[in-house]
Amino acid sequence: MLSAYIIHLLILIGIYLILCLSLQLALGYTGLLNLGHIAFYAIGAYTSALLTLNGVPFIVSFLMAGIVSALFGYLLAFPTNKLKGDYLALATLGFTFVIYAIALNWTDLTNGALGLAGIPKPDLGILQIKSNASYLFFVSIIAVFSYAIINKIVKSPFGKVLEAIRDDELAVRTLGKNTFKIKSYSLAVSAFFAGIAGSLYAHYISFIDPSSFGFMQIIPILSIVIIGGIASLKGTVLATIVLVLLPEPLRFIGFSSSVVGPVRQIIYALVLLLILMYRPKGFYGKVSLE
Amino acid sequence: MIKIKNLQSGYNKSQVIKEIDMSFAAGEITAIIGPNGAGKSTLLKSIFNLCDINSGKIFFKDKNIKKLPTYDLINFGISYVPQGRQVFTNMTVKENLEMGAFVFKEKELINKNIEDIYRKFPILKQKQNQNAATLSGGQQQMLAIARSLIQNPELLLLDEPSLGLSPKMMKEVFAKIVEINKRGVTVILVEQNAKQAVEIADKTYILENGTVALVGGKEILKSKKIKDIYFGGV
Repeated sequence: MLSAYIIHLLILIGIYLILCLSLQLALGYTGLLNLGHIAFYAIGAYTSALLTLNGVPFIVSFLMAGIVSALFGYLLAFPTNKLKGDYLALATLGFTFVIYAIALNWTDLTNGALGLAGIPKPDLGILQIKSNASYLFFVSIIAVFSYAIINKIVKSPFGKVLEAIRDDELAVRTLGKNTFKIKSYSLAVSAFFAGIAGSLYAHYISFIDPSSFGFMQIIPILSIVIIGGIASLKGTVLATIVLVLLPEPLRFIGFSSSVVGPVRQIIYALVLLLILMYRPKGFYGKVSLE
Repeated sequence: MIKIKNLQSGYNKSQVIKEIDMSFAAGEITAIIGPNGAGKSTLLKSIFNLCDINSGKIFFKDKNIKKLPTYDLINFGISYVPQGRQVFTNMTVKENLEMGAFVFKEKELINKNIEDIYRKFPILKQKQNQNAATLSGGQQQMLAIARSLIQNPELLLLDEPSLGLSPKMMKEVFAKIVEINKRGVTVILVEQNAKQAVEIADKTYILENGTVALVGGKEILKSKKIKDIYFGGV
């Protein structure tokens, strides 16, 4: 039997994998430097938690987490349509601050800094997921499903157009494509999967508060996408496993929990720096990060 | 086929094209030449709705297309090859062509059109699985033109297709433009290489400071005006 600790790590890998694969779709394939991805994760987590805490069945809450996040993703495309690179990064980062501020200050809805506690484990009607082992099974199914869908999208003609937009948006426009619509769809699908990852996180940890969704949380996600390689799903899987497991030995060398967090960020930053210096395309990237 | 009336266009508040009237006949090659900054590329971008049109009208087959979005113009039979080729260098030759062909929904039609293109551009068939970045400048230009032709346009807008090409390659590209025109495609050709462009064109416009300085046939090369514009009257 797998130990509780290993199961916990595998669940985290599953949730991070969905989150990173979805960012890969927007950033790696479409070229949208979206630093607001954590906001979609937060929207999904809060939507799912609030709905189930108010008696809505888990499966509905879970799907709504994805749908509401996707809607925000689609809407975010409107004000950011003409922005590229650093400007888009700043605008989407601003979106993270807005969502964070709402989570913190709209206390009637989100319970503010006190957060939402007692988020129930998923109840799928015929199947109740009570143990972590069964939760791991559920997360694995969702992660495999997410990989399959995103893989199908990026291999399709639509996926090729996404890559073409990343490489040269003007050229794509001259070929008769409505690039704004295509980018909006990409952002919406990306946000959908971030939303369901947020739901999985909320129902696993059973407590969420705004601190789980601060802008610093984008660092590990972004690191995984870059280290895995731009426009590589295989690389994203490998990088997720490596980067979730990499800081774990810190737990066994006696660091206090207040130190583990910052050291984890330092490790991510160092790995990212080394990768950018010696392997700019990451593990399996098709294009360099420019 | 295409008529431009009182066109004023540019980028934001900067006006590049100043009150231009032009007409382009179906089945002809029309060259647009002039010094840098004359507004040649902006004129093509105006037709393809890639810049800001402040006033005026653009008629394509008697329909005002001024406010049509770029992605709709393809359906009207207009294709545009931008300056600098802009092929997708992370994709193969075939994938680049597929990008142009995705306006068609059926896979069979996409493949048929790509096969048609291979017959017209045999070099692209030879290199279909090669990355576009590995093609020479001339081959990349051929690919950019082929990618636009795959949409079966009636009107092809070409922005400086000879840019950065060797004289031999330039000759091949111009020969290909004539061949495309002979198949019934109307061509508007913006060029810095005035002599080559005028030689293959049925009609030539010379632009200067966003206005039409002169219009004529092949004799335009001998005009005093062209010497004034290009050589300052020397």
